[in-house]
Amino acid sequence: MRLIDRKWIKPLTSLRLTVGLLACALVLVFIGTLAQVEEGLYQAQARYFKSFFIYWTPSHSSLKIPVFPGGYFIGSLLLLNLLAAHALRFQLTRKKIGIFCVHLGVILLLLGQVLTDVLSLETHMRLTEHVPKNYTEHATAYELAVVDTSGSDFDQVVVFPESFLKNGQVLAHADLPFQVRVETFYPNSKPELARTAAHGTPAMAQQLEFFPEKITRKMTDKNIPAATVEIMAAGESLGRWAVAGWLTEAPLRRYLRKRFGELRMISEGISFPFRDRNYRLELRPIRHYQPYTIELLRFTHELYKGTDIPKNFASRLRLSDPQQNEKREVEIYMNNPLRYRGETFYQGGFDELDPRVSILQVVRNPSWLAPYFACGLVAAGLIIQFLTHLIPFIKRKKP
Amino acid sequence: MKKWTPWLVTALLALWVVAGFRPVKSKQGFDTGAFGQLPALLNGRVQPLDSVARNALLQIRARQTVQLEKRKRMPATEWLLELMMKPEVADTRPVFRIDHPELLGMLELPQTNKFFSLIQLRPHLGDVQTQAQAVGEKDAQLRTPFERQVLQLFNAVLVYHSLRLSVQPDGTEDFAKELQEYRAAIGPGVEAVRASEAGKEFDQAAFDNILRYLGGFDTMSRLSKKSPLLVPPAEPAAKPDEWGNTGLSLLQTVHSGTIPPAIEAYAAMSTAYRHDRPADFNRAVGEYRQWLQAHVPAAARKGKFEFLFNSFQPFYKTMVIYVLAFVLACVFWVRWTPWLRSSAVMLVMLGLVVHTVGLIYRMALEGRPPVTNLYSSAIFIGWGAVILGVVLERFYRDGIGVVTAAAIGFVTLVIAHNLALGGDTMEMLRAVLDTNFWLATHVTTVTLGYAATFVAGFLAILYILRGVLSRSLTDTTARSLSRMVYGIICFATLFSFVGTVLGGIWADQSWGRFWGWDPKENGAVMIVIWNAAFLHARWGKILPERFLMAMAVFGNVVTSFSWFGVNMLGIGLHSYGFMDQAFKWLLAFDISQMLIIALAFLPTRFWASFRGEGAAPAPDGKAAGPANRKRQPA
Repeated sequence: MRLIDRKWIKPLTSLRLTVGLLACALVLVFIGTLAQVEEGLYQAQARYFKSFFIYWTPSHSSLKIPVFPGGYFIGSLLLLNLLAAHALRFQLTRKKIGIFCVHLGVILLLLGQVLTDVLSLETHMRLTEHVPKNYTEHATAYELAVVDTSGSDFDQVVVFPESFLKNGQVLAHADLPFQVRVETFYPNSKPELARTAAHGTPAMAQQLEFFPEKITRKMTDKNIPAATVEIMAAGESLGRWAVAGWLTEAPLRRYLRKRFGELRMISEGISFPFRDRNYRLELRPIRHYQPYTIELLRFTHELYKGTDIPKNFASRLRLSDPQQNEKREVEIYMNNPLRYRGETFYQGGFDELDPRVSILQVVRNPSWLAPYFACGLVAAGLIIQFLTHLIPFIKRKKP
Repeated sequence: MKKWTPWLVTALLALWVVAGFRPVKSKQGFDTGAFGQLPALLNGRVQPLDSVARNALLQIRARQTVQLEKRKRMPATEWLLELMMKPEVADTRPVFRIDHPELLGMLELPQTNKFFSLIQLRPHLGDVQTQAQAVGEKDAQLRTPFERQVLQLFNAVLVYHSLRLSVQPDGTEDFAKELQEYRAAIGPGVEAVRASEAGKEFDQAAFDNILRYLGGFDTMSRLSKKSPLLVPPAEPAAKPDEWGNTGLSLLQTVHSGTIPPAIEAYAAMSTAYRHDRPADFNRAVGEYRQWLQAHVPAAARKGKFEFLFNSFQPFYKTMVIYVLAFVLACVFWVRWTPWLRSSAVMLVMLGLVVHTVGLIYRMALEGRPPVTNLYSSAIFIGWGAVILGVVLERFYRDGIGVVTAAAIGFVTLVIAHNLALGGDTMEMLRAVLDTNFWLATHVTTVTLGYAATFVAGFLAILYILRGVLSRSLTDTTARSLSRMVYGIICFATLFSFVGTVLGGIWADQSWGRFWGWDPKENGAVMIVIWNAAFLHARWGKILPERFLMAMAVFGNVVTSFSWFGVNMLGIGLHSYGFMDQAFKWLLAFDISQMLIIALAFLPTRFWASFRGEGAAPAPDGKAAGPANRKRQPA
């Protein structure tokens, strides 16, 4: 006795549906690929592949009209189609074992991708030779960090993610003896020299002022946020400061120094004392602290003689993990990452202007093995299936 | 007679293929063959001067030889020898190709001609440089055809000058003698320079003399970026890549006092060549080759074998053989005489042998799996398609396999030939690609998937064209074509899928994500999706046979997009094979495929093969020809 009415589920098992969905998938991948030229990879990915519907918005309106099924929609229907077909139509016979393997592999592949979309986290680690680090940084998302630097061995940090930073928002936390009022927040900004005359307050001690910039979606550009914040304690202002991603990332700081040559000092954050303790304010890329440190010992970057073609990038690292009692040297190069405690470290890039810097890409993806199994299953299934057809055919055709 | 015609035709062509290995000499008796084998480092790799010359000519005039007069050609090596050692003569050779009328106008050159010499360009070289610098700052996508040609010409002139100054300074009459004089001038010259720096009295003549030499060498060293490095490494075992530029090495002799043997050898060659003494020239080349053999044996070997490969020209020859086979097989379909088919089969087999030898030879030269760039992918797709065609012919013996093999083999080699016009096809691989394991697994399987999809598409084209235009698509032919398409698409699905997923695993290893929706990845997965759609449509008996064939033809469009189209988008991590010339060809190909698909959608009464077949209309009103029939359960 089946729980689901067969008549209702029948259309879901149809091969016509399969072919139709595959055709839609082809169209979707095609337009999603072309769209990358205009919209950039991330935007196109989100709009076409990681969505249920592709919406069209006529100009001068805020309507969202669904015009084509998105990746999630087609993917989940395909999955349903496959499961329904197996539940109702398929019988697992020796002849069908190949197809069965293929379908199982495809299911695993689709589910693995969904898991990756949900669970994986991509960060990076910018290492300068002989400077150990114990955190990785997010590539695009920022946080406002209030760091208590009074401790001798460690800093105490309270962070507010970018989504908390809204004009007029007052941020408070049990570990902070004061409140942070966000006066302005720009998701993307551009720096200019501060017109100190206009701003009489001591806030602009940074010598720089930040203005809003249009949000970019290009892969090659990134959004660099800036905010003006005021520290409030018992209703009184302790000061008003500008913080920005411009000040916390090395290549951006270098850019500032080059553009505003007259600036002697650009400090990463704002430091101020409060009740015998010292605090620092920073708008910085989101940090993920690790229980171990990594130190870059040597970075090698070779070109082929007489060309600009990169021959090899390699980072020699020292990994120190007191918890696991691990202290060893590792070499990371192209196609040879380091996998350690759930994170994978890849040779990501380098700094064109600073030969002592290596940039590692750090990925946490718990479902990274799924495609390996899926691939094995599908390949084995296809081979079994085709051989069971091919061998009798050859036998028949043999003269 | 007809019994041995196939053997005769094949033997003649085989002879022609082997003839590529005969030794070459110039008319005046200079052993240009031996000279062409001398190794140099250019583009990051050791190659014979012959390759240097051919790739330079490709960049300068889109040909591998120089046309002197009608029907008279100058081989690339001979031209290079002249350019290096008798530049004043080389400057009169019409080697620069200029097509754009505006550029011809700017240079005040006649519109009736396409090729010009340096002498003709010289008055306006300054303008070319100014224009080229302005264009260089513009986004590559926004450049007009005129601007692209300006940049191309500027680059060609640069390549030309780099070669011109790679052996000796401008205006050298007798390089061997001048080198001796230079050696003698070093001692007094250095003394004079030191004295002058110290503010003491010095020998003005010695001072001027050494500076004159050094000035010439300095000019040579400035072009070292694009010029072949002729001086082999001093410590080949420890630093095999440390080849030196002649000018730079000569500048360094001021400190060391010793001139590298390679430069002495080239000087001897130059003097002999300028004074028309072939015997002396050949001796100098021979002695230098012995020296190379003793000091840098690996480079000497590379020079020799790549030179042989260049003169062998396996892929060009294979292309010609495939065309002949294609013509014979097509005639077979019209005349139906068996010797035509067996000649075609034997020629395709010969072509396949030469193709395979070329492929393996290339792999050995590069020390790489078969596919490393767009050029080699074209050669490999052709190879895979030919093998599939031969296998089909073996089973069906109806000329279909052989036509498919010959046609796809020919077309892919033409594509490869045109891709080779871009310059060196054995360029070094950037770091992320520098892994023979993934090149051998992911790249070859994906490429075989392309090949199989093209074969299936081609078979489907035969089905549609023969069905619509001729009466030759009998029930049996239709059935066997349909089964071939099915079998090949099964094969294509397997290889495309495995190849795509292996690519994902490679990406996981090098970039940290299995799937990133990169255009090239999307292109590969589109082939998998489309082939899967075809298989499900066939299994489900959803479409009549001719529509299935239309689906298979559309596979060609999908594959061509994946192979070339995505590279033209100019985005993504795989966009290293970008070229804009090919776009109109891709478009023409896709339009032709869509037209054939449109033919497939014609009702069967317009199909010549099914017209008046006598069959009563089926109950559903459709004619009962094979094209309307859905596949019967096996």
